[in-house]
Amino acid sequence: MAQADASMDLDTGRETSLERMVTADGIPLKRSLKRAERRRKLFALGLVAPLLAFLLTVFIFPIGQMMWRSVDNPQIINTLPRTVEALEAWDPGADELPPEEVFAALQADFAADQELPRRQQGTGSLGVRLNYEVSGARSAVSRTARQVDGFAVPYKDEFLDAHRLWGQPEIWRVIKRESRPLTASYYVQALDREYAPDGSIQLRDEGQRTYISLFLRTFALSATILGLTFLLGFPISYYMSTLPMRQANLLMIFVLLPFWTSLLVRTSAWIVLLQQQGVINSTLVGLGIIGDDSRLSMVYNMTGTIVAMTHILLPFMVLPLYSVMRGIPPSYMRAAKGLGARPWTAFRRVYFPQTLPGIGAGGVLVFIISIGYYITPALVGGQSGRMISNEIARHMQSSLNWGLAAALGTLLLVSVMILYWVYNRLVGADSLKLG
Amino acid sequence: MSQRLLKVIGAGSAVSLLAMSAAQAQDISLTVVSWGGAYTESQVRAYHEPWMEMNPEWEIINDDGSANALAGLRSQSEAGSVTWDLVDMLPSDAQLACEEGIILPIDHDEMLADGEDGTPPSEDFLEGSLGECFIPQIIYSTVVTYNRDMFEEGNYPETIEDFFDTENFPGRRAIQNRPAVNMEWALYADGVDPEEIYDVLATPEGQERAFAKLDTIKDDLVFWEEGAQSPQLLADQEVSFATGYNGRIFEAAEVEGQPFEIIWDGQVVEFDGWVVPADGENVDEVMEYLYWATDTQRLADQASYISYGPARHSSQDLVGQHADLGIDMAEHMPTHPDNYFAPIELNNEFWTDWRDELAERFNNWMAQ
Repeated sequence: MAQADASMDLDTGRETSLERMVTADGIPLKRSLKRAERRRKLFALGLVAPLLAFLLTVFIFPIGQMMWRSVDNPQIINTLPRTVEALEAWDPGADELPPEEVFAALQADFAADQELPRRQQGTGSLGVRLNYEVSGARSAVSRTARQVDGFAVPYKDEFLDAHRLWGQPEIWRVIKRESRPLTASYYVQALDREYAPDGSIQLRDEGQRTYISLFLRTFALSATILGLTFLLGFPISYYMSTLPMRQANLLMIFVLLPFWTSLLVRTSAWIVLLQQQGVINSTLVGLGIIGDDSRLSMVYNMTGTIVAMTHILLPFMVLPLYSVMRGIPPSYMRAAKGLGARPWTAFRRVYFPQTLPGIGAGGVLVFIISIGYYITPALVGGQSGRMISNEIARHMQSSLNWGLAAALGTLLLVSVMILYWVYNRLVGADSLKLG
Repeated sequence: MSQRLLKVIGAGSAVSLLAMSAAQAQDISLTVVSWGGAYTESQVRAYHEPWMEMNPEWEIINDDGSANALAGLRSQSEAGSVTWDLVDMLPSDAQLACEEGIILPIDHDEMLADGEDGTPPSEDFLEGSLGECFIPQIIYSTVVTYNRDMFEEGNYPETIEDFFDTENFPGRRAIQNRPAVNMEWALYADGVDPEEIYDVLATPEGQERAFAKLDTIKDDLVFWEEGAQSPQLLADQEVSFATGYNGRIFEAAEVEGQPFEIIWDGQVVEFDGWVVPADGENVDEVMEYLYWATDTQRLADQASYISYGPARHSSQDLVGQHADLGIDMAEHMPTHPDNYFAPIELNNEFWTDWRDELAERFNNWMAQ
């Protein structure tokens, strides 16, 4: 109401300044306008508030938490504060054990921890944390912590008796290095690096590098799938855009039908088709094209991942392409030909550039979706068709190294954002056209 | 008129809701997490169904989450909403969860039933099976199995060495996608004495040796993840050999009639059992149920449905016949003398220490 009043006043008294104008109920116009503006903003905010709250709780907050987990490192500093302090004077570069005071501090830390109620004890998670760095640390911690009450001076000998690991400088280096509340060690591991004894970061032995090649494979697979969806999607979209609406719609249903089918059903269907005793192999054997003992292995490897994912992601390429192509007037091509261009030149120089926004949108969609794809490679990828997301899932569910999973996830997120930024610089995100 | 009707309906439904919630307050609903498939089925028939028959107000809901039990327990505990009441879990994971304080410590003699002959639980359960927070239930084994139809008669494999011999016993082999059990077998096939396997495996040279042995069959390997996959791969003739849990193989061979043969040589034996999440809502009820479900007769009953050995001494003689097939179960147990001639006892302490490092290496090795 106030807004309507204000605009009426504005219309009638244009020559007077806003300060001196008042609305019908005596409020200065400026304030009334401001209030109306604020109300409109609040109203707009109210409209988007559910979405904002939703995004915050289920998207931004968990992502932030994941990123936090990839550097969070409370276990050592919380459980072994005295040891960490005592270790300050110790030189990790020297290849010798820390002095007796450090062992005494560790004894005190363990003893204090054992006093706590079980739920608050830190030795369990401390052992898990240290075991990521040094194999055997878990049993060293749990076994020692339990008998530490009976230890007598000199503690050093008691500790060395309790577990051989306390006699190795390596574990002390790790405790000293990881004694801060934040750590880089998950990222070090996620980038196939490790700490050398002198504290510098070096590349792992060739046989133990996993993640970088897996990242590269993920990008290569996604690029291949992007290329295939483009090669398959472009002609069909073009054909559909030239057809009359009714026939185009019919074809569109064929594109959309698999899109509406459950992902699991489609992936399982590919297993039925592609496996060694599957439809395709049996047909080929039946026709005598391949021998019974040389059946093709097309599933549980990279081929399986590529075939199934190309099929699943095809609609994401076809839909934006088609809607962009529908909007290109056929008269442009006719004009180009009328001006003397050969069909190929007309296509290359007039038609194709106009489809670029569609290609860009479809390409970004397909590429970014496939980088994070999980279910399909897990079901049909075998070992060679695994992607980085499968490795993240493994660390979440079976190896339970959530810090490493979070570091890998963060790296994946960052690389997608970099790719998007590069795309934006090269092509411009505003040229994306989804229809 | 319609308003009055609405009021009546409203009042009526409020009353019935109240009545329902009052009724539900007496009902006890437990969520029991286990491994799914034939194994959960055996627990349902041996424990859950008889209990619910005796106590109609109890309801036991099954959840097949045991493969990721530790992850589930941790995340439920961190989120502060524990929905699992009882979890079937491996002893190594149970030990980890115990040290993290997310499952209850168990005083076995206090909380569990004595054996039928009066032996206290701490002596009645098999040696080495009890854990701080762990209530043993069965002893199971991981075995190599082959499909008879994939080999010529008279030339059947018999040892773990044969499993690694691709020349005389060609065909693909399915193994689990983790280092435990596989690395033990690699060393065993390479001539290491079962008693010394873990000492060798704790050295870098021993690990190299195991990977080198696995390399010799790598081209023929297929990897499985969940227990149900290995009998499936074998039945589909996708592989000639598969490693798997003896109970599931038994189920496929005896109940479904698949031509599977177990190689008992080098069977890797381990316990499996119950743990109780620390912050569950029905801890008292769960303990009441467990007291009954882990007594002598109940453990023996489970063996009528699946070929896993009961974890109590006093249950051994009560093991009878399969409930549906009527065959003697004793000879299908991993612990039967005919089968227990060269067992490898899974060393959980070794794997809790080395799992992180060797799982990374194994994973890497699989991907290469």
